[in-house]
Amino acid sequence: MVGSTLPVVGGYLGSYATLGLLLLVGLVFFGVAFGANRLLRPARPASPEGKFATYECGLDPVGGDWAQAQIRYYVYAYLYVLFAVESVFLFPWAVIFDRPDFGMVTVVEMAVFVGVLALGILYAWRKRVLSWT
Amino acid sequence: MTLAQDPTLASFGHDPWWLIIIKIVFAFLFGLVGTLLGVWMERRVVARMAVRPGPNRHGPFGLLQTLADGLKMAFKEDIMPRAADKVVYFLAPTISVVCGFTALSVIPFGPMVSIFGHHTPLQVTDIPVAVLLVLAVSSIAVYGTVLAGWASGSPYPLLGGLRASAQMISYEVAQGLSIVAVFLTASSMSTSQIVAAQAGNDTSWGPVNAPSWYALLLLPSFLIYFVSAVAETGRAPFDLPEGESEIVGGYFTEYASSLKWALFMMAEYVHMLVVSSVATTLFLGGWRAPWPITLWSGANSGWWPLLWFFGKVAVLLFVFVWLRGTLPRLRYDQFMHLGWKVLLPVNLVWILLLAGINVINDWRTRDRLLVIGGVALAALLIAMLWPTRRPEPEVPLQEQVDARPPGSFPVPPIDLQVPPSPRVRREVAERQPATVGGPSAGGQPEEKEG
Repeated sequence: MVGSTLPVVGGYLGSYATLGLLLLVGLVFFGVAFGANRLLRPARPASPEGKFATYECGLDPVGGDWAQAQIRYYVYAYLYVLFAVESVFLFPWAVIFDRPDFGMVTVVEMAVFVGVLALGILYAWRKRVLSWT
Repeated sequence: MTLAQDPTLASFGHDPWWLIIIKIVFAFLFGLVGTLLGVWMERRVVARMAVRPGPNRHGPFGLLQTLADGLKMAFKEDIMPRAADKVVYFLAPTISVVCGFTALSVIPFGPMVSIFGHHTPLQVTDIPVAVLLVLAVSSIAVYGTVLAGWASGSPYPLLGGLRASAQMISYEVAQGLSIVAVFLTASSMSTSQIVAAQAGNDTSWGPVNAPSWYALLLLPSFLIYFVSAVAETGRAPFDLPEGESEIVGGYFTEYASSLKWALFMMAEYVHMLVVSSVATTLFLGGWRAPWPITLWSGANSGWWPLLWFFGKVAVLLFVFVWLRGTLPRLRYDQFMHLGWKVLLPVNLVWILLLAGINVINDWRTRDRLLVIGGVALAALLIAMLWPTRRPEPEVPLQEQVDARPPGSFPVPPIDLQVPPSPRVRREVAERQPATVGGPSAGGQPEEKEG
C-alpha cells in the first residue's frame, strides 16, 4: 500500500476525509487517555458522605440546574442566528465580487442587504435588548 | 506571485496514507506540545509580571512542570457528582478538545517540502472553504462548554455555561465578519491561498520593506479579529464564563480536578493555539518570513518557514498572556456592549467601505471623486441630523436608593467610614520587627553598622 493513495483520500472529497481522520485520531487519543486513567486511578477510593454531592463553592447550592434562565440569553441567540446567516451570504460574495463581471452593482446590492439586517440590530438596540440589565 | 514552493489547492489530496498519518500526528503533537509549553509560558510570564519566580523546580526553567501536572491528572480518581447527567458530563470536555484539534488540520505550517521523496505541502489538508471549517468547529466547541454547564447539575456551572454561550456566539459574529475583509482582499477562503495572496507585493519605504500582511492592510479587521478571538477563547479580560470571583469556576466547577478537568484546560490552550495560528495565517502572512529575514533568499523555502510560523504564534500567545497579566475582567454589560454596539457596526461599515474602495479603484478619477463625495456628504448629513440626546436629570443618590423595588439587597451607606480594627492596631504594636540575620535576642532590632 506504500506509495499509493487510499481510495477514500483522493479526489475532491478526499480533503474532507482527512479531516474525518483527524477527528478519529482525536477520539482514539481520548479513549486511550481515559483508559489509562481507568487503570491508574485509585482502585478502591474512599467515599465519605457528601463526596458526590454538588460542590459549587463549598456551600450547599441554592436551587438546581433545572432553573429558569433569563430570557436575555435567548435574545442573543436570535440575534446570532440573524448575523450568522448574514455572514453565510457575505462569505461567497466576498470571494467573487472582485471578478470582472461584477462591479459597483454587486457592492450596492450587498449594502442594501446589510442595511436591512442593520435595521434588525437597530431595532434590537432601540428595544433595549442589547443593554444587559 | 506564486512561487514553486507555494502549494495550490491542487497540491492537496495526493499524499500516500503514511504521509497523511505523519501529518495528522504532527498537527496533534503541535496541539499537545503547544499546550504544555503554553501553560509553562503563561505561568512564567504571569509570575514575572507579578514579581514571583513561577514554576522553576522540574526540568530546566520549570519546563516539565506542566508535564508533571498532566501526569498527576491521569492518576486522579474520576468523580461523578450524583446530580450530574452522566453521559453528557463525560462527553462535554471531549467535544471541546476534539473540535480544537480538528481546526488545526487546515492550518498551513509551511510551504511545499520533500518528505521521504514526496513533494507535499506542510499542511494536513486544505479545502476551498478551509476558514469556514475553523469557524464551524469553533462554534461546535461551544457545545462542550454549554453542555458541561448544564450536565453538572448545579446552579453556578449552569450560569457559567449560559454566560459562555452568550459570549461565544456574540463574538463569533464579530469574528466571522472580520474575516470577510480577508476574503474580499484575497478572493479565496482556503488557508494556503490566503497565505499565498499575502506574499510578494511588499511596499517599500526607503530601505525598509513593510510586509504585505493583511494585519497592516486591514488593520481594523485584525484588531476586531483578535479582540473577538480573546473573547471566543474565554481568556482574560473576557474570562466571564469562568469568573473565579463571581461563579467559582463557571462551567467546570463540578469537574473537580480529574482528567476531565485537565481536558478543559487543554481545550482552552488548544483553542488559543488555533486562534493564534488562524490569526497568523489570515493576517500575519502565515509561514512567510518578515522583511529583514527575506533578505536571505532561502528564507521562504524548505523547513525554515516552520520556525517563522511558530515564532509568530508564540508572539500572539504572549499577547494573550500579557493581556491576562494586565487587564481586569470586564463587567458583563460592558462586555456585551463592546460586542454588539461597537465591534459589529464598525465591522459592517468597514466591510462595505472596503468593498466600495476596491471597486472604484479602477474607475476614472471624476467618477471616483463623485462617489467619494457622495459618501462623505451622506455621512456628514447623518452626523448633522443625528438627534442629540437630552441629558438625563441627575437623581440624588438617596432617591435612587429609595426608588429600588422592595426586596432588593441592602446597601451600606455610601459615606461609610470603616474605623481601623482594634485587633489590627494591637497586632501591629506587638509584632516583632523582622531581622535579616535570624531572630534577634530580646526582640530588639539589631543595630546595623555603617
